[in-house]
Amino acid sequence: MMHAKAIHMEEMHSRTYFGFWTYLMTDCVLFATLFATYAVLHNNTYGGPSGRELFSLPFALTESLILLTSSFTCGLSMLGAHRNEKSKVIGWFAVTFLLGICFLAMEWHEFAKLVREGNSWRSNAFLSSYFTLVGTHGLHVAIGLLWMVILLIPVMRRGLRPVSIKRLTCLRLFWHFLDVVWIFIFTFVYLKAG
Amino acid sequence: MNTSDTQGTVKSYVLGFLFSLLLTLASFFVVFQGVLAKRALSYTIIGLALLQALIQVFLFLHLGKEDKPRWKVLTFLFMLSVVLIIVLGSLWIMSNLDYNLMPRS
Repeated sequence: MMHAKAIHMEEMHSRTYFGFWTYLMTDCVLFATLFATYAVLHNNTYGGPSGRELFSLPFALTESLILLTSSFTCGLSMLGAHRNEKSKVIGWFAVTFLLGICFLAMEWHEFAKLVREGNSWRSNAFLSSYFTLVGTHGLHVAIGLLWMVILLIPVMRRGLRPVSIKRLTCLRLFWHFLDVVWIFIFTFVYLKAG
Repeated sequence: MNTSDTQGTVKSYVLGFLFSLLLTLASFFVVFQGVLAKRALSYTIIGLALLQALIQVFLFLHLGKEDKPRWKVLTFLFMLSVVLIIVLGSLWIMSNLDYNLMPRS
């Protein structure tokens, strides 16, 4: 009887994962439209500075490394979850969260600097598409961080239940997905400009 | 049903992390050193990005580890085709527009 119940749970979970996976695929399409827009408009600077003059490659590299490491620590955390090690889950997710905050802070700093120097999204088509593409990714990261807090509070209070493992697994997929999108932003926005 | 959506191994994560790290640094230094010509440089960094994305999709997102029928692989391939049509189609149409709107002397 218990066994049948476990199988049923497993089946329900794998449906959830497939549903979430399908959402991620549609999100890829959203990003593809933004990438296409950027690719079409990135030369239309209306006499303003180009990406080469605006972006700092070492800065973008640091952002990439931070996000990549956070994707890794997020995976480690979920390995702990399957062995029911609550402290490992919370510890690694805390590292992931801090790295995510660092990433967002750097992006905020970069955006603020651009706007302060008169290169806001209102300046030209290149900057509009840049802010939309990178900003949408940043918004996803911010939502991911909020989601992390919301999921981890019950884990801290009541421990790891099957439902929290299910939810954290979706979050893990989301977080890895954001890192994959960032590879393309790093390459097509920053490296291509440099 | 399978449990593989939910599980990786320490080994797969460490490998994925190291490969991604190497590929990120490689693409950075290729651009930073400026040794390659423009066209070759573009192809190199795009190749490195695609490779890294594939590595993360397999080692972090665990695509292809599911039992049959492989719905995740199917939706992934469908997504890829839509993405390619959107991106390449936009670039193709817009470059033609640019060309056709060029002032003729």
